[in-house]
Amino acid sequence: MNGEPLNYLNNGHGIRSWLLTKDHKRIAILYLISVAFFFSVGGVYALLIRINLLTPGGVFEPDTYNRIFTTHGVIMVFLFLVPAVPAILGNFLLPIMIGAKDLAFPKINLLSWYCYVFAGIFLVVAIVAGGVDTGWTFYTPYSTSYSNSNVLLAGIGIFIAGFSSILTGINFIVTVHTMRAPGMTWFRLPLFIWAHYATALVIMLGTPVLAITVSLMALERVAHVGIFDPAMGGDPVLFQHMFWFYSHPAVYIMVLPAMGVVSELIANMSRKNIFGYKFVAMSSLAIAVFGFLVWGHHLFVATQSVYLGIIFSFLSYAVAIPSAIKVFNWTATLFRGSISYDTPMLYALGFIFLFLIGGLTGLFLAALGIDVHVTDTYFVIAHFHYVMVGGSLMGFLGGMHLWWGKMTGRMYPEFWARAATIVQFVGFNLTFFPQFILGYLGMPRRYAAYPPEFQTLHVLSTAGASILGFGVAMTIFYFIWSLKYGKRAPADPWGAPGLEWRIPSPPPTENFTELPVVTWEAYEFASVPELKEAEAAASNG
Amino acid sequence: MISKFILGMSWMLPDQASSYAPEVDNLYLFLVGLTVFFTALIGIAILFFFVKYRRKVHTGIPKQIEGSIILESAWSIIPFIICLFIFAWGVKIYLEQYTIPNDAQDIYVVGKQWMWKFQHPEGQREINELHIPVGKKIRFVMATEDVIHSFYIPAFRMKEDIVPGPNRYTTVWAEPTMTGTFHIFCAEYCGTSHSGMIGWVTVMSDKDYAAWLAGGAGEGSMADRGAALFQSLGCITCHKPDAQGQCPRLEGKYGIEESVHTMSSPDIFKVLVDDSYIRESVLSPQAKVVAGYQPIMPSFQGQVSEEQLQSIIAYIKSIGPAASANAAAKPGTPAPAAARPQIMTTGSANPIAPQSEKAQSNPLQGHDELHYKKP
Repeated sequence: MNGEPLNYLNNGHGIRSWLLTKDHKRIAILYLISVAFFFSVGGVYALLIRINLLTPGGVFEPDTYNRIFTTHGVIMVFLFLVPAVPAILGNFLLPIMIGAKDLAFPKINLLSWYCYVFAGIFLVVAIVAGGVDTGWTFYTPYSTSYSNSNVLLAGIGIFIAGFSSILTGINFIVTVHTMRAPGMTWFRLPLFIWAHYATALVIMLGTPVLAITVSLMALERVAHVGIFDPAMGGDPVLFQHMFWFYSHPAVYIMVLPAMGVVSELIANMSRKNIFGYKFVAMSSLAIAVFGFLVWGHHLFVATQSVYLGIIFSFLSYAVAIPSAIKVFNWTATLFRGSISYDTPMLYALGFIFLFLIGGLTGLFLAALGIDVHVTDTYFVIAHFHYVMVGGSLMGFLGGMHLWWGKMTGRMYPEFWARAATIVQFVGFNLTFFPQFILGYLGMPRRYAAYPPEFQTLHVLSTAGASILGFGVAMTIFYFIWSLKYGKRAPADPWGAPGLEWRIPSPPPTENFTELPVVTWEAYEFASVPELKEAEAAASNG
Repeated sequence: MISKFILGMSWMLPDQASSYAPEVDNLYLFLVGLTVFFTALIGIAILFFFVKYRRKVHTGIPKQIEGSIILESAWSIIPFIICLFIFAWGVKIYLEQYTIPNDAQDIYVVGKQWMWKFQHPEGQREINELHIPVGKKIRFVMATEDVIHSFYIPAFRMKEDIVPGPNRYTTVWAEPTMTGTFHIFCAEYCGTSHSGMIGWVTVMSDKDYAAWLAGGAGEGSMADRGAALFQSLGCITCHKPDAQGQCPRLEGKYGIEESVHTMSSPDIFKVLVDDSYIRESVLSPQAKVVAGYQPIMPSFQGQVSEEQLQSIIAYIKSIGPAASANAAAKPGTPAPAAARPQIMTTGSANPIAPQSEKAQSNPLQGHDELHYKKP
């Protein structure tokens, strides 16, 4: 013993104490390690894509390239974006933030991680055994009748990954309903919790449809039952409806939790309660509900009825409003705040800026007449990377910085973290902004080779991807470095009022030594003892 | 007009080569302006707060502000109104893109892994190259032989998926407004050589187009090929022109409404005899049976290629009610084969040559950089 107080990290040693743990915090760490692994794999594949596109003729054979972009998409969507924020930050923080000792079903929580690992194994086997070449969208009849790649293995992997998120979703909903500490009313919940609650609803309602869709696709591929096969009276477009019925809401599974993180970042780093708390909370629920009604906007040119197209276009604009409300409220929160320039705030700003562009370019795509031209081009690629990378990844990394000290007991190095944030921001924009222009010029997505006039923009994009990759590598490196050399984290490095800042860093196994009683609002900075003392000292002096 | 004004930005707009392309660009540039405005609005506000309220000068616990119903309403309602405006504008363009004018002339398109095949009613066949006249409305009647493809001409701002299925053609239209050569892309991922499923559309002046057409009618018109198929596939043994056959006579049927019923119900309903209905009737004849006839026709699924089917339709169209009006439009004297270099000549002259283009499929086409250079 080195005299360290007992906490969740040193309470139990050895591989068994980790692999059989029921502690939500340890499971969060298991998730962190495995998600970081798959994120790195997906990132390497992203760089391979960009290398191929350096020259109009491409570097790899088309078959190889098709496997590369499919692998990048499948891994990033199902093994990084969907689980990143909820399974790591949500798992770690949700019970603590509401004053609970753990999630409602700790064993199910562990099972969820094992589902994730098995899903990962199936996908890795699919990749190693020759790859998948359908794109992450698995459109029929290509996936069911034409592709010679490992569609089944990948399908099984995705099926299992879905159960991993369903189990996490159940846990979150039940925990928020039944395990809030005395005084923790619904409208005292941090917005992080509201966002995760909304996400859990989407996961519960949407993911089973993914499981059904993937199962039907597998059945069709193996037994040719004719659900999607037009020669047998089936309809390939039915697959697209079913696929997007999950996969559009899945976009909100990926971005809503990150929005929850950003609310925490902005409130805590500017010492202001979120402007219009209830509007922001309710906008999360509104996004969750409307998100289920817009899947048809992926089918504007897929021979869907023109009138359906008009309805889905209208509903897509409806879902834009709650997102706009959030952006305006975050901005207004900064008004008369006490704004810190530390890394979490830089990430929050990066998020707002990139999500704003991602959201506004969504208005282009929801406009029917423009979508006809830009759908299935790089414009779409740029749009969803602004939302997914600019939004979800920035939110995730911002949250990792805010709570790194809480999770590991060590602070990250501030200077290097600020530098990495700026490098990532510059690299990101250089990667994806040229893709908007490429898309409008007509460059189709999923092309292994392309007309020479597009090369300049592709080279810019590849240069940006290298910078972005370097920036992310910096973050991974100094996070690992800080585990040994970082400053010890105090209980509350930020002067923040949340429950997680009122227990030691890292927290003890059951979080609270005694049941907390909440007497303060979500972002009541006057309830933070150190801030109050400093205030008093200032006014006396 | 806006787009003309910003023609200095032509590096970010493709050629405007169709009648609706300028409208798409106008909405696009409006949205670019809107994006710049809101990004600047939020960006400047954040930057201003960031400098003014930085922790160094703005210490202590800030005075807390709960929110403001007026502001919340403003920034919910104003964006919603702007969205409604964009929505309506987008719908207007979409309806134009997908409402096919009655006076459009047909080009038949077949997508297959990994090439585009085109047939002109006058008889010309092309692969990965398409010649059309400027200033004429063109309707593309499209089918796929395998997976989903998407016919995309960026310069026209025109795109539509081609979904496999026996019961319909996908149609889309454009009116080219400038001569020149523009990209054709497949926009829906379709396997190995997806990026090789590309071609060029050459928009020609009326005079050049007429000359080009005159140079390539060696095989006869599509209707002629269809008539030959009508014989050789044995259609004619039942669909006799003198109404003595066991099947409905097809003369004068194209474009009129026919009384039909399904196999599961004797209820009679009307269906328009168009390209899609004829296609369905050939590939799954029992789907809609003409009232008063027995469902005895076998399916021709797998026995007739997409291009042959299109020729048969062209034939049935040529013996339709408008047959006499169209007769004059048939192409003139055939030219020697050597004089038509731009036309697909790989298929045999015999119209019954199913899948004869298979040998042309080159899976590595996508890696041939030259393929992307203008012909």
